[in-house]
Amino acid sequence: MWTWFYRLASPPYVYRVAALWIPWFLTAAAITIGYGLIDGLVFAPRDYQQGDAFRMIYVHVPSAWMSEFTYACMAVAGAIGLIWRIKMGHAVAAAAAPIGASFTLAALVTGSLWGRPMWGTYWAWDPRLTTELILLFLYVGVMSLRPAFEDPARGDRAAALLSVVGVVNLPIIHYSVVWWNSLHQGATVAKLGKPDIELSMLWPLLSMMLGFMCFYGAVLCIRLRGEILARERQATWVREAVKS
Amino acid sequence: MGGYARFVWPCFGFVFAVLAWNLWAARRHHAQARRRALRAIAMAGSN
Repeated sequence: MWTWFYRLASPPYVYRVAALWIPWFLTAAAITIGYGLIDGLVFAPRDYQQGDAFRMIYVHVPSAWMSEFTYACMAVAGAIGLIWRIKMGHAVAAAAAPIGASFTLAALVTGSLWGRPMWGTYWAWDPRLTTELILLFLYVGVMSLRPAFEDPARGDRAAALLSVVGVVNLPIIHYSVVWWNSLHQGATVAKLGKPDIELSMLWPLLSMMLGFMCFYGAVLCIRLRGEILARERQATWVREAVKS
Repeated sequence: MGGYARFVWPCFGFVFAVLAWNLWAARRHHAQARRRALRAIAMAGSN
């Protein structure tokens, strides 16, 4: 197991394996997002309270879920870089940050587009919305901190430290609807026991979530390859890799 | 869309624009890194 773990620390190995994964991730994302879109927009029944406005969950929930999942990935990668001093950990964290920030922005924008017809306002300083906004600021902070140091290794360590500290925000986002009075509805899918959502509405949602994860996998692999090239451009293996 | 079209379609449009931007920006990031690496190799060769 440790041999496999340390192979993941090898930039040429990761650069090569990431290239192999990209078409598989993109194909899986196209199939699952395509199915989720058709099923969610055409076949899923209209909600009895929210009408067709509920269909926004098919992009809002996957975006919000990916904003937290990507942050957790970034923090774990940063922690691996900090604890084991594995450079690939920092490269993965650097590659994940802009993707996570874009998912967070998408979650905030789609949430406010949902909020206008449902709550009567695009924005409220509600616990769920505010903690999600803090998540966006954390992403921006992590992305800004890395290039703020002249020594890239120090920038990596500072960004990793901030991302690890920021993990405390993830359970706060998740439980904000339980701990405080919130306009935002409570957990519908990610709860113990039976989900509160009708199965014909749930399947397209799960398919979209899987599709967004696969898409994230593909984009992360592409960005990671760029990040590896940028960090290793003096290495001899790069000469062969970029010429092929 | 039962009167909600002006919210639903921009919502889907924005998210798919974000997905498209992600793919474009990631490919651009990789292409730029590749160009810089090639330039570094060329400069090392000329020295």
